[in-house]
Amino acid sequence: MARKISMKQAINEALDQEMTRDPSVIVMGEDIVGGAGGDGERDAWGGVLGVTKGLYAKHGDRLMDTPLSESAYIGAAIGAAACGMRPVAELMFIDFMGVCFDQIYNQAAKFRYMFGGKAETPVVIRAMVGAGFRAAAQHSQMLTPLFTHIPGLKVVCPSTPYDTKGLLIQSIRDNDPVIFCEHKNLYGFEGEVPEASYAIPFGEANVVREGKHASVVTYGLMVHRALDAAALLAKEGIELEVVDLRTLSPLDIDTVLESVEKTGHLVCVDEANPRCNIAADISAQVAQQAFGALKGPIEMVSAPHSPVPFSPVLEDLYIPSADSIVAAVKRSRAGARQ
Amino acid sequence: MAGNPFPQSKEQLLQAYRTMRTIRDFEERLHVDFGRGDIPGFVHLYAGEEAAGTGIMMHLGDGDRIASTHRGHGHCIAKGVDVVAMMKEIYGRKGGACEGKGGSMHIADLSKGMMGANGILGAGAPLACGAALAAKFRGKGEIAISFVGDGASNQGTFLESLNLAAVWNLPAIFVVENNGYAESTSRDYGVAVDSYVDRAAGFGLPGVTVDGTDFFAVHEAAGEIIQRARKGGGPALLECKMVRFFGHFEGDAQTYRGSGELDDIRSHQDCLKKFSAAVTSAGVIDAASLKAIDKEVLAVIENAVKQAKAAPQPTAADLTTDVYVSY
Repeated sequence: MARKISMKQAINEALDQEMTRDPSVIVMGEDIVGGAGGDGERDAWGGVLGVTKGLYAKHGDRLMDTPLSESAYIGAAIGAAACGMRPVAELMFIDFMGVCFDQIYNQAAKFRYMFGGKAETPVVIRAMVGAGFRAAAQHSQMLTPLFTHIPGLKVVCPSTPYDTKGLLIQSIRDNDPVIFCEHKNLYGFEGEVPEASYAIPFGEANVVREGKHASVVTYGLMVHRALDAAALLAKEGIELEVVDLRTLSPLDIDTVLESVEKTGHLVCVDEANPRCNIAADISAQVAQQAFGALKGPIEMVSAPHSPVPFSPVLEDLYIPSADSIVAAVKRSRAGARQ
Repeated sequence: MAGNPFPQSKEQLLQAYRTMRTIRDFEERLHVDFGRGDIPGFVHLYAGEEAAGTGIMMHLGDGDRIASTHRGHGHCIAKGVDVVAMMKEIYGRKGGACEGKGGSMHIADLSKGMMGANGILGAGAPLACGAALAAKFRGKGEIAISFVGDGASNQGTFLESLNLAAVWNLPAIFVVENNGYAESTSRDYGVAVDSYVDRAAGFGLPGVTVDGTDFFAVHEAAGEIIQRARKGGGPALLECKMVRFFGHFEGDAQTYRGSGELDDIRSHQDCLKKFSAAVTSAGVIDAASLKAIDKEVLAVIENAVKQAKAAPQPTAADLTTDVYVSY
């Protein structure tokens, strides 16, 4: 039986293996080593939640603590990528992208096109996403739709330690800028992960559960909510098919269409706010390309159109639940065409 | 002929003049062609500022990187980007430096170390830090330069980059091209300190201010700080005080200038006139040699425009190519 490790360990292992394989891979971010310039322990933190802990001892100055200066160091990672390095920059929380967004969406995303196909910017920007940490409005957002919207960026959001390792390795080897979204509530989630290095190609969704009655399409933490919903509905004889998109850009719409053609019902689940989110995008594409296969209305389950609240009571209401997915499946089936 | 009193060789002086003249004629020609409606989009001209870009870039090789500004044509030419490819790009044609997809504000040639003009003010400074970081890892003594205007010198990206370059001891040079105007707003209105040397000091960097219309002053000052950076001495700031012969963008009526201001700077602060007077009066280069270069450069620009106008337009097939390396 393969060993089980957490998503956090899977990230650490992917970085370690790629830094060992390729000397052009460097890692930078705020407190990714920790304790720089102080009298105490070096590698004091290894990242704010300890994800990069231990890498400094192996790779030394290729791990660079940065000042609290997102525009400067994210821009520097992008500039270094355009000059032959393969930087992995950690931005801690995706909410902080606003501070340095220009460097990401006007610079990194556009170099290749704007320079006539003559530039490569192999940078990875890692950031924590998602609610459930009682971290309130500025440390909890699921901003995947913002980045998916932008041509030139690739957007990854894994749901398991296995996918995390393989997709992060692919992100580092990929020659385009990648926004790598790590759900903070999955950091401790354990799963089987091979010790050897492997890469998972982008643009390949994963059917994590097969079923014939309805398709639930989602990514990240919501994959687990969808599986919970599937377990509840199975007791009623309703078998859900759960599609984990894994990468939002590029998007494997073919796997989604195949699933909908089989089940006739689509429920799109997205932890992001509802306007122009991934669920809305998938719904529109399916309505356009597989309208004839739909036996009932497309349903969307998203967070409400509000910031993430602090109150644990309110935050639990904010995050889409297994029950809300169950209800959406039932609505779609109730509206079924005869 | 008397001996050469300048630290530059005669060949270097001829090269400097040719570069400055090429930039001047390139920009003067764009001014005319833009006014005629031949060129789409936004164009920001470097005329009047030639001595700065030229004096700095003469110290650089292709392995040294620069991150330019919206006013980037002069930087491109001084860094060795092909003038025909530039002109085609500004005309939006295939075969342009960026295949017509970038335009005036985004001309780049990474093979020449030119990381791009930039439509976002101050955005090049972090990128130059990254280029300097890559150079540091390579360990071959290469450096990177960020150009900003006096306006963009107020951007957080620029100020953060000064700090990052200092704490990482990067081989990065920050050049403030102070032409007195941030778009239409005077430099003195928007910058609280009188000297950029003071601003550099606030970030722990050495700084120096030079007359940016004096090629010799720029060349000497840039040479010192670039050599220092190559040897691991760390970042520095160079302020070039200069003048802009045209508006912020083409089409700018420049009503914010004082009466007679443009005539005055054309008469008294023209870097090409000052350079020509210096080298001819010292007897190092005669006026006929400069005139010969003028004639050659005019032909180069004329040819570039001719080729740009004859170059094919991009087609629908080009619209969505090169968004990604692979997708």
